Amino acid sequence: MVEWTDSERTIINGIFANLNYEDIGPKALCRCLIVYPWTQRYFGAFGNLYNADAIMANPLIAAHGTKILHGMDRALKNMDDIKNTYATLSELHSEKLHVDPDNFRLLADCLSIVIAAEMGYEFTPDMQAAWQKFLSVVVSALGRQYH
Amino acid sequence: MSLSAKDKETVKLFWSKVAGKQEDVGSDALCRMMTVYPQTKTYFAHWNDLSSNSPYVRKHGKTVMNGIGEAVKKLDDLDGGLLALSELHAFKLRVDPTNFKILSHNILVVLAIMFPDEFTPVAHVAVDKFLQAVSKALAEKYR
Repeated sequence: MVEWTDSERTIINGIFANLNYEDIGPKALCRCLIVYPWTQRYFGAFGNLYNADAIMANPLIAAHGTKILHGMDRALKNMDDIKNTYATLSELHSEKLHVDPDNFRLLADCLSIVIAAEMGYEFTPDMQAAWQKFLSVVVSALGRQYH
Repeated sequence: MSLSAKDKETVKLFWSKVAGKQEDVGSDALCRMMTVYPQTKTYFAHWNDLSSNSPYVRKHGKTVMNGIGEAVKKLDDLDGGLLALSELHAFKLRVDPTNFKILSHNILVVLAIMFPDEFTPVAHVAVDKFLQAVSKALAEKYR
């Protein structure tokens, strides 16, 4: 089980409380698809991903980015047992979506960068550390059911 | 994943904004790296102050960013241009190359904080490719 200090809980809850899901979610997913173009392999049915501008204007991608970010709400509400909270989601990504789990790390890195751009220097090294710990647990839980 | 002509242009343009801020960018990136990825502190056990305004961290941040600035000037031949630095990292410093990725990520975080509007996804991919290429050149002499 992952141990969280009070400070870490406060930081992570604080970041989510101030998050505009409809802005940050799409930005993070778009950045991932642009910076790591091989991740586009999972979005064949999402329409025009021809270039960076097309990706950033794509409403299906935007909606999906928002959905992914809301998916993290469950981890936030169950911080003491993210592994089991995400068991079904992990199975879904493995058995149905066939997503290489390395992609979770790539998206997580892009999300950190988008949040850093949004929060500026308020995103202190200590906040980044707590945030990174949270993302690492989420990424690990999502990869847990792969076999 | 080599740099296209467009990538090189993007990197040079973006890097002109970093000019004059090497110490700030470098020391913030190092501080974040050591806070978020504590295993990297093992390389700095000889410093008694690892905070972002520690004179050691500020000086080293500037050194690292100046090295990367040199790489920007030698974009067309990173292996040749960074030969001396590669030998330094291989034979003297012996930094595990996984750490180049970690520091690169933290440089990107600092760039996002300092240049939220200019650090677009297009700039991000070019700079990420560049830092990867620099990391590869730095590891060239390792074995």
